[in-house]
Amino acid sequence: MAFGLAVGTYGASFGAAAVAAGLTVTQACVTSLLVFTGASQFALIGVLGAGGAAAAGIASAVLLGSRNALYAVVLKDLVPVRGWRRVVAAQVTIDESTGVATTAPREHAGVGFWVTGLAVYGAWNLFTLIGALGAGAVDTRAIGLDGAVAAAFLALLWPRLRQDPWVALGGTGLALVALPLTPAGVPVLVAALAVLPRLVRR
Amino acid sequence: MIWTAILLTAAGCFGLKAVGWAVPRDLMSRPLVANGVTLLPVALLAALVVLQSVGSGHAIVLDARLAGLATAAVCLWRKLPFPVLLVLAAGATAAARAAI
Repeated sequence: MAFGLAVGTYGASFGAAAVAAGLTVTQACVTSLLVFTGASQFALIGVLGAGGAAAAGIASAVLLGSRNALYAVVLKDLVPVRGWRRVVAAQVTIDESTGVATTAPREHAGVGFWVTGLAVYGAWNLFTLIGALGAGAVDTRAIGLDGAVAAAFLALLWPRLRQDPWVALGGTGLALVALPLTPAGVPVLVAALAVLPRLVRR
Repeated sequence: MIWTAILLTAAGCFGLKAVGWAVPRDLMSRPLVANGVTLLPVALLAALVVLQSVGSGHAIVLDARLAGLATAAVCLWRKLPFPVLLVLAAGATAAARAAI
């Protein structure tokens, strides 16, 4: 229940932010239907809204989505899926469904994955539509939507922060240095370089 | 251009999910790949936090969004639920914007 509420508010924020960034309601909804991984979607519309190159937006969104590949590898052992269902399983491989499947007792992992994945898919897309339609009716700046988007990124970062504070600090610093020097969207990609020292050292 | 960006992002993001389900387990569990995939979101999300909260075009602008970010940090510290965090952060941003 609390899960649904979280997905709902975040989904509605995405729909509203997408329209505020210049997407049509249809484009916002298709993004949620097809991309379906929250942080990547926000990264993409952030670049598009700032007038950045589409390539930079696509690249940051896809890089951010790379964690889903790792989730899938973990899920493969917990959730047996065959045939066409693999396509659906792949699409609903996200933070929430992986979180439930990996923390549930082993025998419930499959049910947890499917129920969570499909429920979040439904809620995310429904609320994207609601948010996108609502964006036309309210002043998104006046209600502080941009501050909420920054807050949501911080909430996603938070649990990973203790583990790798230097990578986070490096990413922050690189992004700020790149901000005045590079086209919109590129600073996020430059920030990805912050992982290199850790990769080389290990 | 927006449609192209959406469809390519969708292809890339779905492709990564599908690759994870398709590739042999040992390829993804190589330390370099696994570490890279674990660390990338940390660097990217940290960049997105700072760009979304103080970035404006090519400049650093300190404005009402910082009130939202500070509120979010307090919410996370106090372990408040995510929807509460979103609403309070939006509210703090809106209030600061109205006050400035």
